[in-house]
Amino acid sequence: MTSLVIAEHDNASIKPATLNAITAAGKLGGDVHVLVAGFNAASAAAAAAQIAGVAQVIHFDEAGLQNGLAENVTAQVISIASNFSHIVFAATPYGKNIAPRVAAKLDVGQISDITLVVSPNTFERPIYAGNAIAIVQATDATKVITVRTTGFDPAPETGGSASVATATAVAAAASIQFLGSEIVKNDRPELASAKIIVSGGRALGSSEKFTEVIFPLADKLGAAMGASRAAVDAGYAPNNWQVGQTGKIVAPQLYVACGISGAIQHLAGMKDSRVIVAINKDAEAPIFSVADYGLVADLFEAVPDLVKAA
Amino acid sequence: MKALVAVKRVVDYNVKVRVKSDGTGVDIANVKMSMNPFDEIAVEEAVRLKEKGVVTEIIAVSCGVTQCQETLRTALAIGADRAILVETAADLQPLAVAKLLKALVDKEQPGIIILGKQAIDDDCNQTGQMLAALGDWPQATFTSKVAIEGGKLLASREVDGGSENLSLTLPAVITTDLRLNEPRYVTLPNIMKAKKKPLDTVKPEDLGVDVNPRIKTLKVTEPAGRKAGIKVVDVAALVDKLKNEAKVI
Repeated sequence: MTSLVIAEHDNASIKPATLNAITAAGKLGGDVHVLVAGFNAASAAAAAAQIAGVAQVIHFDEAGLQNGLAENVTAQVISIASNFSHIVFAATPYGKNIAPRVAAKLDVGQISDITLVVSPNTFERPIYAGNAIAIVQATDATKVITVRTTGFDPAPETGGSASVATATAVAAAASIQFLGSEIVKNDRPELASAKIIVSGGRALGSSEKFTEVIFPLADKLGAAMGASRAAVDAGYAPNNWQVGQTGKIVAPQLYVACGISGAIQHLAGMKDSRVIVAINKDAEAPIFSVADYGLVADLFEAVPDLVKAA
Repeated sequence: MKALVAVKRVVDYNVKVRVKSDGTGVDIANVKMSMNPFDEIAVEEAVRLKEKGVVTEIIAVSCGVTQCQETLRTALAIGADRAILVETAADLQPLAVAKLLKALVDKEQPGIIILGKQAIDDDCNQTGQMLAALGDWPQATFTSKVAIEGGKLLASREVDGGSENLSLTLPAVITTDLRLNEPRYVTLPNIMKAKKKPLDTVKPEDLGVDVNPRIKTLKVTEPAGRKAGIKVVDVAALVDKLKNEAKVI
């Protein structure tokens, strides 16, 4: 029994979510191998070999793999899939894009978003926005799994000494072309792995108010920015800040919810945070039912005060 | 060019489901059911492509119990031209649905296939990608912008930290994200019109698809609850708690 973890990377380094997936794979009981499919990605492969618990790195290097297109990464995974009992991805936009494609090619069901490994074929996963937990058993020979990163600690980035095997890449698909990306550069930590998140809701009223009121608190705390779906829908915040059932699932040390009422879809994305602070002027808002510390106050006064006092 | 849109009947997003006391699942008897929100965005996008003259016919497909007809009628009221129900009482998992859709795509030959990125009941986020794999078609998941130019599908998709732009040959599979569009309200005249639009029913056997589940649900339980904490009186008290009690700042 050997698991294959598909690494998410930028061709230079391994993305943190991969570390959580490696921990989950370790709980399956067998060896953990890591696949790095990229272009000029030797340093990413070398970094993967350092991760504690990794027995072997398999490195595919080809121009078509530079941007992680699902069609092309899937072809590499399929070329070696028969050697593995489990194929494991982090449940990130990258992993969610590729894993089902691999599962369908193998004609197996996929188990999405696992939060616990019960046995090598039995897993826990949240359904209905986390309002129920299903214990599911896979009946197919190969298990394709995505891992909810908040359910597993990250594996240490060092301590491993795996060897790196270079494999011959399968040719890129002609059906899809990567044209470019618009990635917003900022100095803040990544939302999915941040220790502190400051999140804003519809009560902010505009994107200007997000900048004016929420940014200073995030800057002060060294926090990542988050937002409720309502704030994203209203155009106050970009979609990639969205925390919730259909956005990012986060579990930071501290989550500060400002002007967020706490719809079940939002709670689904943050209720595993260690400490939750809610600032809302409605004392009956459902967010207070999960908050460790609730402050019933107008966020436009309380948040600037908090910036000064923190 | 035809567009095929898949729609799922799910528990309405406003309903807080309850886990059955025997642990066999969640109680969906007498609960309001609706079209999966991301699938509404999918139908809306197909209608917009038709309004732009890119798409000529929209076929809405749903897989499941007889009542999925209601979901299909909603799709027809938004603007789909005809509907197909793959009727079965079986527990359909994403791989089975992808195979059913693949069989219909082979028959209907659409140029574009649009699905919601995720159903809000099982939260799987699999069917679109699986369908693309089965047909060896390119995929653009989590899309926020779609255009067809020069026989290619141009898509922007949501990724960590921003978006990426792709060019896909047709046929292509896209799955919708929130910002793709805002679905229109269904008007009464359109609901009336939808009742007259064709709705065909087929069975999985007619399509030659084995829909047996690959994943068994052993048990469904309540999530561990989180207790409400305390209310603090002011910002100073909050900072004190965060520094000295929780020790997180």
